Amino acid sequence: MTSQVTPYAIGTALQRLDGRSKVTGTAPYAFERVVDNATYLHPVQATIALGQITAIDTAEAEALDGVITILTHVNAPRLASTEDRELAVLQTDRVSFRGQLIGAVIADTPETARQAAGLVRISYAQWPHEAELSSERSDLYTPEAVNPSFPADTDEGDVDTAMSAAPVTLDTTYTTPLEYNNPMEPHTTVALWNDHELTLYDSTQGAHTVRTTVAPVIGLDPERIHVSAPHVGGGFGSKGIPHAHIVLAALAARTVEGRPVKFALTRQQMFSLAGHRTPTIQRVRLAADTDGRLSALAHDVVEWTSKVKEFAEQTAVPSRNVYAAPNRRTSHRLAALDVPVPSWMRAPGECPGMFGPEVAVDEMALKCGIDPVEFRARNEPDVDPETGKPFSSRHLVECLREGADRFGWHHRDPTPASRTERGWLVGTGVASSIYPTLRAVSTATIRVEAADHYRVDIGATDIGTGTWTALTQIAADALEVPVGHVDLRIGETAQPEASVAGGSTGNATWGTAIVEAARALQDTHGRPPEIGAEASGTTPNNPETERFAMFAHGAQFAEVRVHADTGEIRVPRMLGVFAAGRIINPRTAHSQFIGGMTMGLSMALHEVGVLDTRFGHVVNHDFAEYHIPTNADVGDIDATWIDEDDPYVNPMGAKGIGEIGIVGAAAAIANAAHHATGIRLRELPITPDALLR
Amino acid sequence: MRLKFTVNGRQAEADDVWEGESLLYVLRERLGLPGSKNACEQGECGSCTVRLDGVAACACLVAAGQVQDREVDTVEGLAGEDELDAVQRAFVDAGAVQCGFCTPGLLVAADDLLERCPSPSDSEIRESLAGNLCRCTGYEKIMDAVRLAADRRAEEARS
Amino acid sequence: MKPFDYQRATDTDTAVATVSRNPNARYLGGGTNLVDHMKLGVSSPELLVDVSRLSSDTVETLPDGGVRVGAAVRNSDLAAEPIIRQRYPVLAHALLAGASGQLRNLATTGGNLLQRTRCVYFQDVTTPCNKREPGTGCSALDGYTRYHAVLGSSEHCVATHPSDMAVALTALDAVVHTQGPSGPRSIPVADLHRLPGDEPDRDTVLEHGELITAVDLPALPMAARSNYRKVRDRASYAFALVSVAAAVDIAGDTIRDVRIAFGGLAHKPWRATLAENALRGAPATEATFRTAADAELAEARPLSDNEFKIPMARNTLTSVLRDLTQQEGS
Repeated sequence: MTSQVTPYAIGTALQRLDGRSKVTGTAPYAFERVVDNATYLHPVQATIALGQITAIDTAEAEALDGVITILTHVNAPRLASTEDRELAVLQTDRVSFRGQLIGAVIADTPETARQAAGLVRISYAQWPHEAELSSERSDLYTPEAVNPSFPADTDEGDVDTAMSAAPVTLDTTYTTPLEYNNPMEPHTTVALWNDHELTLYDSTQGAHTVRTTVAPVIGLDPERIHVSAPHVGGGFGSKGIPHAHIVLAALAARTVEGRPVKFALTRQQMFSLAGHRTPTIQRVRLAADTDGRLSALAHDVVEWTSKVKEFAEQTAVPSRNVYAAPNRRTSHRLAALDVPVPSWMRAPGECPGMFGPEVAVDEMALKCGIDPVEFRARNEPDVDPETGKPFSSRHLVECLREGADRFGWHHRDPTPASRTERGWLVGTGVASSIYPTLRAVSTATIRVEAADHYRVDIGATDIGTGTWTALTQIAADALEVPVGHVDLRIGETAQPEASVAGGSTGNATWGTAIVEAARALQDTHGRPPEIGAEASGTTPNNPETERFAMFAHGAQFAEVRVHADTGEIRVPRMLGVFAAGRIINPRTAHSQFIGGMTMGLSMALHEVGVLDTRFGHVVNHDFAEYHIPTNADVGDIDATWIDEDDPYVNPMGAKGIGEIGIVGAAAAIANAAHHATGIRLRELPITPDALLR
Repeated sequence: MRLKFTVNGRQAEADDVWEGESLLYVLRERLGLPGSKNACEQGECGSCTVRLDGVAACACLVAAGQVQDREVDTVEGLAGEDELDAVQRAFVDAGAVQCGFCTPGLLVAADDLLERCPSPSDSEIRESLAGNLCRCTGYEKIMDAVRLAADRRAEEARS
Repeated sequence: MKPFDYQRATDTDTAVATVSRNPNARYLGGGTNLVDHMKLGVSSPELLVDVSRLSSDTVETLPDGGVRVGAAVRNSDLAAEPIIRQRYPVLAHALLAGASGQLRNLATTGGNLLQRTRCVYFQDVTTPCNKREPGTGCSALDGYTRYHAVLGSSEHCVATHPSDMAVALTALDAVVHTQGPSGPRSIPVADLHRLPGDEPDRDTVLEHGELITAVDLPALPMAARSNYRKVRDRASYAFALVSVAAAVDIAGDTIRDVRIAFGGLAHKPWRATLAENALRGAPATEATFRTAADAELAEARPLSDNEFKIPMARNTLTSVLRDLTQQEGS
């Protein structure tokens, strides 16, 4: 058991400490950092998907007033390492995907840079490209591991035999589309190179991650790279792994040494340069007895990666942990295509991977004539099916039951298409949610600034999640002082090294480091420690992971209305019930949960990147055509949670909550749409045309 | 051109402005008012919402030349000397602020809504704010905030 | 964006003369479409003449009972006009179904009529498009066509017109007044927009330099019983998959007269005369509505992604007519 911090501030709905600066418009985001004598970068992007640049004519562009320089692979500084091919910008004449960065104009104004970029003439030798995902492709391969390091395939028992023996079986394919994170703040870097020191004001999920990733690429000592990101306008994974634009900004800054280079991607550019979620094709096979007890569960996934760099979404991984079934199989097969590099998007793996199986379970429950909540409860495992370890805590069934009560599930007539109100078909659906409880390694330093007043430094990030506030609460309790006595500093490489805001690991990792630092301060300097005393702490390995499987769980409920004439679909009501350990701050946590659920609604009804395979790029690359929900698309979305005491995960007893809200939400909506209309939807997004009669 | 217009009640001037620059660029890069955000520059997200002669508009689609002699109000003009406006306070109190990038545009749009319609229904709020995309996405908290601000303004008006 | 000169027009005649003599000059209204296109490189005029502050921003009743809407009237102001809301609800609803509040506050009546297609290939200068660059080919034909035309398209272009307002004006038999290099003229809105044929670069019949100065709505008492229904992929702030503008004059259970236009189906707002003919004098029944819709849609030719538009248009029209004919008498 991990020694627990006694919660005083933890668990209170402290107001967001960065709230005032954000509502007054004064919180500085990357592009807004005050710099002198700025230059502006506009990139040149490839307009073919595969081939070679044969000629570049920059004469007309260079002749424009205000153009300082134009970088291409011909004249760009050489990088120290091109091992990461996504980051190796302007190093060869090779084009590997449409939209690739192949040049940069640096000018005195952004409009001049943009105009000049349009005047750079590129000639290509174009080669045939591959951009179509299909489960029939002959070149599908098995990756060595899936993100971050799970085995690609698992096989236990004998699924085929169980399928032949079972009275009730299902063998169905589900798909999820190409999706984009689309944080509201575009990816932005302001770079200043001065005397072998590089300063980056960056919109990133991890200042230290940017430093450690960029340093070997450009060949600078990490200590000479200074990254600052105190406020970040959303990330959802796309700012977790540094992308090529940061390296391009650094190269440009080196070229115009002494003058800052400001570079914000446009919304369109984000669709080829800032990562995406692969489309997935998921074959799900289930076998059950007539009581609805699963004897087999197989989840076989086909998805894509880029030939530039492999990223293997762990789509089938949640199927290894969520339900009991003696015969189990999961697999991942990849098609490496001439497309931009996929990357993290909120709940990589779990989010798409809990769509197929959770719709399949709904279909199975119906086949067995069992209520979908009850069906899930009957397949609750005693221990983690994958490892055989007990769960440190697991309250999935409690979430389902509590949610069913609160949502009014029991009044439901299970017959599909049985309820119509004023021309709208009404239905409800449910799905389970699961997300692993992980943590990384970070270091925090605490210094006594004045009597009983502490400065806490850690290079963590707030991408909108509430880090400024939650870590202040954790520090206050670790130091046993009121929150007003803590002065937290985050977002800089000047602070001790901290992990990326990703994988729902932030509070667990950074909070544990802060607790370690507070304990070190007290151990070394006594109570109260003298003014000026200082101590550091680092997140230790958690020995409890040897004994326990650690996950957060949840249940998603949705009500769907489908217009009987037009097929228009609305979601007037969603409820999520989660079990995620101790909640650090109910106010920010509630926002994380319902924010994830709303993004799940978005996945269910709206989001799809349309890749035109002839050209190799996504043609609906803006907010007018790539839809995310507006306020008018959202109804009553609420989340609540079960008090869950888990002394094994970390000293706060808190599980990560940034991602679990999206997991299962789309399946709950698809299941509700089936209940409303009788039409089973196995392909996302669900749009009116699919529901027309 | 020499651009002259009123920003947040004060006369603003900028020299050597190209008429084709966006109002958003003028505000952010020339006048040091970065509150209005650039998230799509195509009028598709509302992050740059300002009031132009009193009505909400996307600053990214307004050419600088069109602003001559007109009145612009941005998020920076909402608060008083020391005190936040009721809408700003409500956004903080209701937890409607997350990453904060859509927040300034939403505050201006919500302020505009409440001026036109002091006690809007939920569906009026949702439709009125449909031009302001939030990705975090705190639409529910934003609803709470606008309802709270409406109540507080009504209370202030009574007292 | 390519630099351009900017002039603010002080009067209509000077504006028309200025734009007419420069083939690379354009009028600037609210800017919501043109400024975006200039950023995307879709449009690169040398000179913008800003007509948004010309004095034609009033809505007035005409002696014959019709209503004249100035070209500079903002979409949000027009939607809020009591006379429009009472006498032409289809127009008020269509205006409010378009874009967002922020854009409706900028967009003008004249500019809205002239907005250009949202075809993703038209808006992407890296792909061929006959409308943007005649002769380069149509990328949409074998591409992404969810929002594209099923009626009246050609092998050169399958784009749709995106305006909601224009659909309502077409149904209402509105008339556009223009001032051009050859003087003033009047054009029914139904004839303003073109089908693509082999000149998809020409959206309308307007000459270069011809400026819309006003739109007249006829008195049309039946318009008081009218509606606009827009089916889209989001509940708000999205372009139409299919939309229907309709007005009905009903006597007992018989349809005496009817006006119908579809949006989202064609290169122009689609006046549904075949459906209207099928409905005039017919009983107001579900079967009649469907037959009328089918008559109009018989010639529809779907593309790979938009076959659904045909049943969606039929169902939406049926739904609108059902609602309008079941309303309490007006």
